[in-house]
Amino acid sequence: MALDDQKSVFKFVGTRPDRPDGLDKVTGRAKFGADVSAAGMLHGAILRSPHAHARIVKIDASKAQAHPDVKAVVTRADFSDKVPFKPGLAGEFWNVLENVMAGDKALYDGHAVAAVAATSALAARDALKLIEVDYEVLPHVTDVDKAMAADAPVIREGAADYSVPEGLHPNVVRYHESGHGDVEAGFGEADLVVEDSFTTEATHQGYIEPHACLAQLGADGKGELWCTTQGHWIAQKTCAALLGIETAQLRVTASEIGGGFGGKTTVFIEPVALALSRKANRPVKIVMSRSEVFRATGPTSSASMDVKIGMKKDGSITAAQGIFRLQGGAFPGAPGDMTAMCAFAPYNLTNVRQVGYDVMANRPKQAAYRAPGAPMGAFAVESVLDELCNQLGLDPVEVRLKNAAHDGSKASYGPTYDQIGLVKTLEEAKAHPHYAAPLKPGQGRGISCGFWFNHGGETSVSLALSEDGSAQLMVGTPDIGGSRASMALMAAEVLGIPYENIRVTVADTATLGYNDVSHGSRVTYASGLATIKAARHAVERLCARAAAKWGIPEDAVKWEDGCAVPSGPNAGDFDPLPLADITANMGATGGPISGHFEATPEGAGVSFGTHIVDAEVDPETGKTAITRYTVIQDAGKAIHPAYVEGQYQGGAAQGIGWALNEEYIYGEDGRLQNSIFLDYRIPVASDLPMIDTVIVEVPNPGHPFGVRGVGETGIVPPLAAIANAVSNAAGVRMRDLPMSPPRILAALKARDG
Amino acid sequence: MDYHSPASFTEASALAAATTGVTRFLAGGTDVLVQLRSDMVTPDLLIDIKKIDGVSDITRTSDGGWTLGVAVTGAEMSEHGELGRDWPGIVEAMDLIGSTQVQGRATLVGNLCNGSPAADSVPAMIAAGVTVSVTGPDGERTVPVKDIPTGPGRTSLAKGEVISAVNIPPRGPNGGDAYLRFIPRTEMDIAVVGCGISLRVDGDTVSEARVSLGAVAPTVLLVEECAKAIIGTALDDAALDALAAAASAACNPIDDKRGTIAFRTEVAGVLAKRAAKIAYARAKGEQA
Ligand SMILES: Cc1cc2nc3c(=O)[nH]c(=O)nc-3n(C[C@H](O)[C@H](O)[C@H](O)COP(=O)(O)OP(=O)(O)OC[C@H]3O[C@@H](n4cnc5c(N)ncnc54)[C@H](O)[C@@H]3O)c2cc1C
Repeated sequence: MALDDQKSVFKFVGTRPDRPDGLDKVTGRAKFGADVSAAGMLHGAILRSPHAHARIVKIDASKAQAHPDVKAVVTRADFSDKVPFKPGLAGEFWNVLENVMAGDKALYDGHAVAAVAATSALAARDALKLIEVDYEVLPHVTDVDKAMAADAPVIREGAADYSVPEGLHPNVVRYHESGHGDVEAGFGEADLVVEDSFTTEATHQGYIEPHACLAQLGADGKGELWCTTQGHWIAQKTCAALLGIETAQLRVTASEIGGGFGGKTTVFIEPVALALSRKANRPVKIVMSRSEVFRATGPTSSASMDVKIGMKKDGSITAAQGIFRLQGGAFPGAPGDMTAMCAFAPYNLTNVRQVGYDVMANRPKQAAYRAPGAPMGAFAVESVLDELCNQLGLDPVEVRLKNAAHDGSKASYGPTYDQIGLVKTLEEAKAHPHYAAPLKPGQGRGISCGFWFNHGGETSVSLALSEDGSAQLMVGTPDIGGSRASMALMAAEVLGIPYENIRVTVADTATLGYNDVSHGSRVTYASGLATIKAARHAVERLCARAAAKWGIPEDAVKWEDGCAVPSGPNAGDFDPLPLADITANMGATGGPISGHFEATPEGAGVSFGTHIVDAEVDPETGKTAITRYTVIQDAGKAIHPAYVEGQYQGGAAQGIGWALNEEYIYGEDGRLQNSIFLDYRIPVASDLPMIDTVIVEVPNPGHPFGVRGVGETGIVPPLAAIANAVSNAAGVRMRDLPMSPPRILAALKARDG
Repeated sequence: MDYHSPASFTEASALAAATTGVTRFLAGGTDVLVQLRSDMVTPDLLIDIKKIDGVSDITRTSDGGWTLGVAVTGAEMSEHGELGRDWPGIVEAMDLIGSTQVQGRATLVGNLCNGSPAADSVPAMIAAGVTVSVTGPDGERTVPVKDIPTGPGRTSLAKGEVISAVNIPPRGPNGGDAYLRFIPRTEMDIAVVGCGISLRVDGDTVSEARVSLGAVAPTVLLVEECAKAIIGTALDDAALDALAAAASAACNPIDDKRGTIAFRTEVAGVLAKRAAKIAYARAKGEQA
């Protein structure tokens, strides 16, 4: 349903001003998680399990406790015992508690088992060596298929929720099935059916800033927490529950954030620092090392998938089916349901069926990573589509256009689409010079579409005007992609005052109502919508002051270009009254003028993208170079186009890493082998081509300016688009990610017999 | 931890000989400090050799070779035009190490004594026939680079021994060297396979050659069979294929997070061919 007040002509929106936090960031003045200290502060360090699965028989911390530099040691006993265990995600607080500090068992290599606070970071690290833990090592499993097999060790009985059918292994903890039509009948109508299996390995979000926090909690149950997070209210709520204190007594401030990508939507070290602080009665700072980040935070799920698609010779899809098994570590939460729902979402299908499994294994608790679950499914589905196109001799863009979902299509996951931009992205792809550019020998081209739901979420925004006519805007969503600039642009648009006159602050939990995490591509949509509404609220009050001054009814005043003006000739003849003239004496005309808005907006508006990738494979070494990359995606309305392009490019860059070289490598012993950036091969700048972007704008009816979130869709197509490009370059279908050189070389050898 | 910065190698050697604890020499520190911070190795004694006179000098010897001080950095080698004209393979191998920041610190000797089979400069030095001067409690000796590594993280240096100089032989006429490594990315990675080749030509014919492989065995290898495959040839396809086969045959690698046995074995041959072609072109003056 379209908002009747949707706007389409803009003065500020769509421009590219410098970001308000830019100078702080380039001069080093910005304060990130590790950049604060407090008087009397202690340093915390966490002892982690070296075993993938082990019963904790005994923890003897007496030697550490006796050390003069050590001021506190905590174990699970120092957290709340009132957090209830429940199956699946119903008991998420318990799951988080179990993750931040192990209970009876260590569940993965890197699982926290105890922590110390000491007078220096080095003393804390050394004190960990004084803690003796007796482990009874248990059999472990890290592979998703093996974790579902009958003989797999059981990670936790009773973790499966109501959705799981009888007869599955206890490590399968959630189950999803959806679709419509009759897939068997559909496969019967096909001229060609391709069925294939795919795997993807877990990858880490790879944010540059490790988790860091400074915590203080007193015996009175009142606390302060400073941390790098995508959502300080969820941190507040979770920490309060885990420590058994009241939510409102813990004030949480979000630092500047050096990347999150979904991985900072939960807590890891924060409850531990608070527990240490409560025990030591001093502030405690914890900063993770990179190795801890890899071993105990993130990553995304690994996946094993089977996809079957039937097609007619003309390229129309007759039926599609997918089975998606996602491993999410030793806790429920792997987004098998999301994978299933997104997998076929770009296509208008008569017969479709999808199944998703959430499977536990002895690995760290998976965390969201941009469009969680969707990239894996797209990889499998779009690879099969590519194979069908190759075998039937059809153009991959034409085939996608033929089957593309459009306004009014019934989505594979149930609902009916409103106004959507997929067809437009495909038409742009077809028309783009990249698609027509000749390929050199040894190069291949890949295409993929991608879908993400986008999200609204609880949102609260406050805007206060100053006497001089400037405005301060308080939002509750940490700025992970330039959102302060976008908020200021949207507020400027409504208020009619310059962008530079608006200061946007990410307010702490004590200053504003509840705000959901900066996730689900929701910030520019939801905080943006709330900003517009809060600014409109302030405008109403400005108009009221003008009406009072002029002695005319409030509805006879309207707001134009930063001024109150009479709404029409009948309202009277008054000179426009600029905002600053109204605020100059607002104290005497009724008091401070502010605007507020709180809601859970529901019209996030789904988003689609199409990627075109060229890859070159060295046939002698299996090494891949991405030679050209174009991202085409629907933004609804790009508020700050440069930051929209940044999101597109970032998705492609992270996708290149995921597709080619990034992976969690486990040894036979269940230990993570590559917990440093040297061996966890994220792309470096010189690995990337210039990533071209095309912003499509099909307005979202659910946002006053038409915004759709853009943060996540951009990582959905890359795995598939790159795999298709590499497969076409190498002349052999690549079914397992990452497509590292040893894998490609082995595939080439296998092809050549 | 004790930190010392002796004024001579004799003093450095005496300090190292006198301790019973874990000792590390501090050259650029790009291995030592990383290992310290990540809690892998916490030395009891850290002997900084950068304060010793002459350790940053690059000197031409009377016979036309080169002596490099043990603190000469990768960046200093790359910026030294003449050294790179003589031995482009050694300089490009060193230049592959790390980033600009790392280049400002990292040294050949540190790379060698860290004992990694994947150390980039080592195959280039072995191919070039580089030796090191070693100062120890019993005086000074000269050791071929090839004899320093004895296994991952281990060297043949005895307690109290410290390397005091790097000796690069004269290039001589019609010679060329090259180093190539395979990494899955374009920089900031550790060699999955490395190959250094130095050769001399007589007309179109290879008259001398040394071929060294890194990251395919517990230590960097000098592979005689590879040299034999190309000596006496004009580096035609048959010679290159024989070279590749000899390189693959010499491999004794492991499967690990950086590469598989099959991959390393295969790519060793590929790199040997590619490096040989570059060294050959350089020897003939066709390529810098
Ligand atoms: C970001 C990064 C990237 C890197 N990339 C690469 C790469 O691409 N390729 C590669 O090969 N390496 C790489 N390295 C490793 C390292 O930079 C190299 O091994 C470097 O050459 C070490 O030299 P250094 O002077 O810093 O050694 P140091 O760390 O000072 O010393 C290393 C070892 O050598 C010993 N030592 C030093 N001097 C002497 C001496 N005179 N006598 C006896 N023993 C001595 C020390 O005791 C120590 O065991 C990288 C390191 C980092 C941090």
